[in-house]
Amino acid sequence: MNLLDPQGPVAAANSTILVDSVFIMLVIVVPTIFAILAFAFWFRASNTRARYQPDFVYSGRVEMVVWSIPALTVILLGGVAWIGSHQLDPAAPVPGTGSPVRIQAVSLDWKWLFIYPDQRIATVNTLTVPAGAELNFQLTSSSVMNTFFIPQLGSMIYTMNGMVTRLNLRADNVGKLQGLSAHFSGDGFPDMMFDVNVISPLAFPDWVATTAKSDAVLNEESYKKLMQQGIERGRLSFRLADPRLFDLIATQHIPPGPGPELLSDAGRPHSGGHDAR
Amino acid sequence: MLGKLDWSAIPFDQPIPLAAGGVVLVAILAVLIWVVVKGHLPYLWDEWITSVDHKRIGVMYILLASVMLLRGGSDAIMMRIQQAVAFQSQGYLPPEHYNQIFSAHGTIMIFFVAMPFVIGLMNLIVPLQLGVRDVAFPTLNSVGFWLTATGALLVNVSLVVGEFARTGWLAFPPLSGLSYSPGVGVDYYAWSLQISGVGTLVAGINLVTTVLKLRTRGMNYLRMPMFCWTTLASNLLIVAAFPILTATLAMLLLDRYLGFHFFTNEAGGNVMMFMNLIWAWGHPEVYILVLPAFGIFSEVVSTFSGKALFGYRSMVLATMAICVVSFMVWLHHFFTMGAGPNVNAIFGIASMIIAIPTGVKIYNWLFTMYGGRIRFATPMLWSVGFMVTFIIGGLTGVLVAVPPADFMLHNSMFLVAHFHNVIIGGVLFGAFAGFEYWFPKAFGFRLDERWGKAAFWFTFTGFWVTFMPLYIAGMLGMTRRLQHYDVAAWRPWMIVAVIGMAVLSIGVICQIMQLVVSIRNREALRDRTGDPWDGRSLEWATSSPPPVFNFAFHPDVRGEDAYWDMKVRAQQQSLEHEDPEYHDIEMPRNSPTGFVCAFFATIMGFALIWHIWWMVILGGLGAFATFVVFAWRDHDEYVIPAEEVARIDRVNLEERRSLVSMAGAI
Ligand code: HEM
Ligand SMILES: [Cu+2]
Ligand SMILES: [Cu+2]
Repeated sequence: MNLLDPQGPVAAANSTILVDSVFIMLVIVVPTIFAILAFAFWFRASNTRARYQPDFVYSGRVEMVVWSIPALTVILLGGVAWIGSHQLDPAAPVPGTGSPVRIQAVSLDWKWLFIYPDQRIATVNTLTVPAGAELNFQLTSSSVMNTFFIPQLGSMIYTMNGMVTRLNLRADNVGKLQGLSAHFSGDGFPDMMFDVNVISPLAFPDWVATTAKSDAVLNEESYKKLMQQGIERGRLSFRLADPRLFDLIATQHIPPGPGPELLSDAGRPHSGGHDAR
Repeated sequence: MLGKLDWSAIPFDQPIPLAAGGVVLVAILAVLIWVVVKGHLPYLWDEWITSVDHKRIGVMYILLASVMLLRGGSDAIMMRIQQAVAFQSQGYLPPEHYNQIFSAHGTIMIFFVAMPFVIGLMNLIVPLQLGVRDVAFPTLNSVGFWLTATGALLVNVSLVVGEFARTGWLAFPPLSGLSYSPGVGVDYYAWSLQISGVGTLVAGINLVTTVLKLRTRGMNYLRMPMFCWTTLASNLLIVAAFPILTATLAMLLLDRYLGFHFFTNEAGGNVMMFMNLIWAWGHPEVYILVLPAFGIFSEVVSTFSGKALFGYRSMVLATMAICVVSFMVWLHHFFTMGAGPNVNAIFGIASMIIAIPTGVKIYNWLFTMYGGRIRFATPMLWSVGFMVTFIIGGLTGVLVAVPPADFMLHNSMFLVAHFHNVIIGGVLFGAFAGFEYWFPKAFGFRLDERWGKAAFWFTFTGFWVTFMPLYIAGMLGMTRRLQHYDVAAWRPWMIVAVIGMAVLSIGVICQIMQLVVSIRNREALRDRTGDPWDGRSLEWATSSPPPVFNFAFHPDVRGEDAYWDMKVRAQQQSLEHEDPEYHDIEMPRNSPTGFVCAFFATIMGFALIWHIWWMVILGGLGAFATFVVFAWRDHDEYVIPAEEVARIDRVNLEERRSLVSMAGAI
């Protein structure tokens, strides 16, 4: 999941900016650190060769330099930030080969649901995508906040109940990646890791076809079952009954997830914790 | 009768917190019994608990911070061990426990360690540096301290009665809402912070007023020591920002207690509003903490370099610039919400702008050392260690302020490393520097240098070994707050971090040893002149510890570095030997108001958490009655007769004269 080993254009651009910014700053930070250590060492009280200048407490020229060094660095980096923010806006298109794949991601307590409205299928905790195609994500949450993040594909984004966020990515190479939630969401949070299978564009239709033959159907009813708090170890896949399911979730026509079931009125509800183990 | 409280609130099934709580309880009881049996209670009550002396209150703040540092540190050790072992396994802490620990750790370290430590130092030193006898509102000051202590107490009670929040130190809804956190954990969190928040606000108002209104003759703004400036800036931020926190938590509590919908998923609640509000307080908060530390370093670097602070006016400007700009950057904490490129870019650049005055400060300390004659006493070691460390924290701060970089690093271990880098390397190093530097002033004897230096080197090394691996883990995609994980690449870094933690702990132990050894050798370490470091500002112009009234005469300030000036002039004029004419001094009377008020606030807070309504009313009435009684008081002050002032002052004067004549002879 190394950030410096990007597998798509967004991650590549993000990490370039990351590395460049670090180097720009190191150019002034490293000499400054050396200067601190050098001055501290040279002007130690026991060094008789160092000249004591108690009156050197102001110098217009030094002040000029001292304000301009960080200012110039910040102007440079500010430019990077301005251009970067616009080019790498999560909602900006990421052109790819073939037609874009629409994916609707829903964070549940504590699993990820990926709906492919055009293919009429859905999966849990695995995201299968064709290499090279633009991936249009729409994201929401069934209950609490989470963050959708595939480190090697780049840019993360929040998922929030009752709201839709947008993110466009592209995976360039066939292979297996991992994704996770980057916003703490409760007891099962560490188990919100998911697999990302990047397969060849030719294999994608086959995968869709096999998945569409699934016995399991995702509709309001089975979604509500999925929504209960708990961890999903299996990699489920579904036929999608209603392609509008995501909209129903995002517009809260399906009410938010229920949270822990209260066993008693006592101060320490244990239910969540036991599920998580 | 007892609301939600019953036996199930005591975690009999969880040995760790129960044992920990038990040990603490026994320790507290033992200390209490010892105090009572030995007959120290009247002394404690008269001289400390009811004291309104800013120096005593400052010391109590620092004591509170130190004790809580041990608690927060234990949490940290438990977390580091968990992450080192919980690879492809559950480790030894189940999620509901681990999640409480990281939430408590963050809350405790920010609100009950960093805050009381810096507020304590400001309380202790600022009036002395300003050359005045007390703060603006002495009794209010005591109220502020005791309310902070109430908050700390409630957080610790949650260890044995009920549970603490499992939501992180900022309790984001909807997770912290009633639907997803039905237990009392979030209530403990919110009420502790509400009560201690009032205390902090009171302390802020008090210190702002003190700096603005109570300065000795000739101490105009541009002659104030740097620490007074950063105190002013920090407390202005407190006064402006803490009401936001109070309002935000009040809304969260209304959601939880009365079925409101400010931040719920349903009925038009808006979690993004919470994010904005909490960070509108949260970002200024980090500068509330670090600005006083900057002030401490300014004092220390200039004293131990034997030079006035380089570019004083530039430093003042930088401080006030940070104070203003820090209010305009809060959105950088959630670039990944999808606000759009313009918004992200503007807040990113605004955040970077803060790095300019911060950089200027570093360079000015650098040039203060240039041409100096640097003595490497412990406070100076902490300061140089800080400069080197903090620069890296600043670098990574600016890095996460570049939105596209933050899209990869937000909420990762990299972020965790960033803020520990600035908070430990900045605030904690600053607090330790201040502690070492001003300890002789507060207690009249110096601290042992050998243990102090050992503490520095272990803490410094331990810090780097603990937190550099977290930067790397973040670069490997590791996110924060993971109770367990399966990614093999992260494991080695977690193991290195736990080793670093061990080194860091040795540093803390050295610090404790330093205190023990120094108390034992206090006669040898006695500071008789009141000026052990060859200081430059007015706190060194009085005895150590200073008399209740601080100064027999209001010092007359003629320039920056007031006391240095006096020393130079005294040497030139060979200090006149005739006796000055002493006057009676009026000082504020001790008052139990703060303690009693906090006592009732504790009852009220506990009752609110457990929905015990009759007790809420009882506590509320009690606190209000205390307030009324205080408001109707007749006698506010007592008089210290001139002879007494003269007697106390002469002792110190003699010591000081011999020092000056000695220095003059050389
Ligand atoms: C040089 C100036 C600094 C800049 C530009 C900066 C920037 C940032 C940014 C952009 C974040 C949010 C990153 C994210 O959530 O993805 C952040 C987090 C944080 N920073 Fe800094 N920072 C600076 C200095 C400081 C200082 C001096 C402190 C404290 C004394 C501090 C304490 C924190 C804390 C506590 C967090 C994380 C809070 C949390 O999410 O729990 N920062 N910083
Ligand atoms: Cu939103
Ligand atoms: Cu911030």
